[in-house]
Amino acid sequence: MRIGVFVCHCGSNIKATIDAEYIAAQVQQDAKVVHAAEYPYLCAEGGQQKIINAVREYQLTGVVICACSPRMHENTFRKTAAKAGLNPYQIEIANIREQCSWVHKNKDAATGKALKLAKAAIARVKLALPLFAGESAVTKRALVIGGGIAGIQTALDIAEAGFAVDLVESTPSIGGKMAQLDKTFPTLDCAACILTPKMVDAAAHEKITLHTYSEVEEVEGFVGNFTATIRKKARSVDMKKCTGCGACWEKCPSKRIPSEFDCGLANRTAIYTPFAQAVPNVPVIDRATCIKFKNGRCGLCADVCQPAAIDFTQEDAVFTQEYGVIIAATGYQVFSLDAYGEYAYHDSKNVITSLELERLMNAAGPTGGKLQRPSDGKAPKKITFIQCVGSRDITRGKPYCSKICCMYTAKHAIAIKEKYPEAEIEIFYIDVRTPGKGFDEFYRRAVEVYGVRYIKGQVGKIAEMNGILHMQAVDLLENKRFDTTADMVVLAAAIEPSPGAKPLAQMLATPMDTLRFFSEAHPKLRPVESATAGIFLSGVCHGPKDIPETVAQASAAACKAIGVLAKDKLITNPCVAKVNDKKCTGCGRCIDVCPYKAISLESNAAEANPALCQGCGGCASLCPSNAMDLNGFTHKQVLAEVDALCR
Amino acid sequence: MSVKIVAFCCNWCSYAGADLAGTSRLNYPAQVKIIRVPCSCRVDVQFILRAFVRGADGVIVCGCHLGDCHYSTGNYHAEGRLTQLFSLLDFMGFERERVHLEWISAAEGAKFAATMDAFVTQVSALGKNERYRNMYTKAGAQNE
Ligand SMILES: Cc1cc2nc3c(=O)[nH]c(=O)nc-3n(C[C@H](O)[C@H](O)[C@H](O)COP(=O)(O)OP(=O)(O)OC[C@H]3O[C@@H](n4cnc5c(N)ncnc54)[C@H](O)[C@@H]3O)c2cc1C
Ligand code: SF4
Ligand code: SF4
Ligand code: FES
Repeated sequence: MRIGVFVCHCGSNIKATIDAEYIAAQVQQDAKVVHAAEYPYLCAEGGQQKIINAVREYQLTGVVICACSPRMHENTFRKTAAKAGLNPYQIEIANIREQCSWVHKNKDAATGKALKLAKAAIARVKLALPLFAGESAVTKRALVIGGGIAGIQTALDIAEAGFAVDLVESTPSIGGKMAQLDKTFPTLDCAACILTPKMVDAAAHEKITLHTYSEVEEVEGFVGNFTATIRKKARSVDMKKCTGCGACWEKCPSKRIPSEFDCGLANRTAIYTPFAQAVPNVPVIDRATCIKFKNGRCGLCADVCQPAAIDFTQEDAVFTQEYGVIIAATGYQVFSLDAYGEYAYHDSKNVITSLELERLMNAAGPTGGKLQRPSDGKAPKKITFIQCVGSRDITRGKPYCSKICCMYTAKHAIAIKEKYPEAEIEIFYIDVRTPGKGFDEFYRRAVEVYGVRYIKGQVGKIAEMNGILHMQAVDLLENKRFDTTADMVVLAAAIEPSPGAKPLAQMLATPMDTLRFFSEAHPKLRPVESATAGIFLSGVCHGPKDIPETVAQASAAACKAIGVLAKDKLITNPCVAKVNDKKCTGCGRCIDVCPYKAISLESNAAEANPALCQGCGGCASLCPSNAMDLNGFTHKQVLAEVDALCR
Repeated sequence: MSVKIVAFCCNWCSYAGADLAGTSRLNYPAQVKIIRVPCSCRVDVQFILRAFVRGADGVIVCGCHLGDCHYSTGNYHAEGRLTQLFSLLDFMGFERERVHLEWISAAEGAKFAATMDAFVTQVSALGKNERYRNMYTKAGAQNE
């Protein structure tokens, strides 16, 4: 090993407090240091040239630079080393400015410490191995999982940038929850009016391939090089032939199946599209409820289908495809109210969730937009809303705030008052949270313009008697208990991640929080990237969000994904974990510590995937067998540094 | 009497905090020597014990605030590991005050300097670490 040491003056920044000449002289006592020099500005072109010349002249195999913080110029000097033909990882920096000349006034003390730091860097460089950044190719195709507004927006943005996108949706149509909504806060435009054009755009885009009624079954690989296995469930309808005329579902005799899209408030047939504007507008046969599939008779739909698109023998199609990036956009579902028996949700038809109200208010919904009580079809005169059902409840529900309920409850109140000005509306809340653009103004309009009565408090129990809902309630501001009644009660139930999110997270090997929302790589600085390189998060699958926030995150995720897709080659950081399989006992402890799931057990020894590893070193310092190490910060290097500093 | 202190600082927060102490020209004792690690979770207990064996009088580990770790969870692992180390030190009868864990962000240059001041004072009060330095025998050195 032939080491060169270069001491920078940084003008007078270093030189005023540190005796650079003394350091250059002292380090040469080390037999491996064959050259030492000082220079006023090493980072300047002249300084860098001096280093390059010295590397060549003295045939240096390691370089130590005593200068400012490596956070300033490590990359500069790595490039200098590369220019001189040295491996860029065989340079080390001793931070004698920020850690010495700028913080210690006493010249002797500062010089003494600077020498120690230089010796520590020499000790490190002696053990530095040449490291090589790897390269891997990028498949220029994106996989978006979940076809709600989040997935649609992400797919459109990526496609607009010119990359191919596969959009996989588990239900028969894209659109997600937003398709079920009536009007949307804070502007009250109709959800379908702003969503359906996007659904149509996604379907028509030449770069987007829709896979509805489909599921991702398996994912392998790493950033740039994922392979996914996708199952297209048998629709029993030939998508190429079907014209979407609707003759089949009009004739289908199996008519009494609760419609998922209408939250069970209306029925659908066995062959169906979930809603009139479904994309694609091609029905599926729900084989569990189809008479033909149950007992072989029927087949009416096939009889009436002019283009002969019905195919009872169709089978699931399974295919594999390669992708460079994957975006999770699996959204949410409404939390089950089973634990909240006191609200009589299961006992009274007139106690509904807010999402059910969206269907009852929707012009395309089961009542044509007329607000009717599910029990008797009468118009309710008084409606009571209860907010935070299941949200912010650590004992029975979710610890978090579902974020959207304050706003949609105000929206519901306003929408009802618009249609039925004489209706009386009462809202029980714990806190009203309206931090969004135009949100507080919107809520105040409900109170001030529409006369909605907000009560800070809770409802203890609901019981239906003779069609009237009786409630025992508490008003916390007045500090009193009171009884109240309503014709209809609407519960703002918490939202929670879709059930498919957890198996998907396991497939993608990307972490979720304890509440089953996908975890972001960094809560502040990397909010749309998952902890796994190449996997991005879009929409509510990452945490409760309204539509504006969902769309913003969807576009941000697309932007990050495009950042990967636009590259021809990915350069991998060589400072990653490496296993010595002779020492590894296969205990697997390192697997749990890795935040990026980069480690797997392969034939009894751990293996760290350099494309996934981010180089934190957690595994290396935990391994009980000393089998795991971290390039660039090896055990030997750190120990040598410790020794040099304590000498 | 001058004590020797080794400070392990994670690259993303605490090392940057130390840099900021420098840019802000905040003084702290020169016996503090910093070792840069990618994350506080890179600090192996072996590193800390080795420092004591080689004559350090105090070791401080600095990382990002909980929730701010560049690698999300690294500092939780560091905290867990040091908690175990403290039990071991108690068991061995070694002053646990010679080891300290502190969360220092990249914006906390002043906190970095103040923490180093306070830690040097704390370790100075304990005096030199004679006990473990003696473990470093010539035989041990040859075995390296
Ligand atoms: C009652 C109510 C009223 C609301 N009103 C408003 C409002 O007025 N204004 C507003 O801004 N926001 C409102 N919201 C919030 C809004 O619904 C959400 O912000 C938005 O729908 C989130 O979109 P998303 O795409 O993230 O999730 P989703 O809409 O849930 O879409 C997720 C999609 O992924 C699919 N999927 C799930 N798992 C898988 C899987 N494993 N594989 C493939 N596909 C899968 C689902 O079928 C679904 O189509 C309201 C919410 C509720 C409950
Ligand atoms: S912790 Fe060490 S010994 Fe255990 S599996 Fe990982 S590398 Fe192997
Ligand atoms: S260094 Fe960190 S990121 Fe890399 S394998 Fe180890 S624990 Fe995972
Ligand atoms: S990066 Fe600072 S503690 Fe992990």
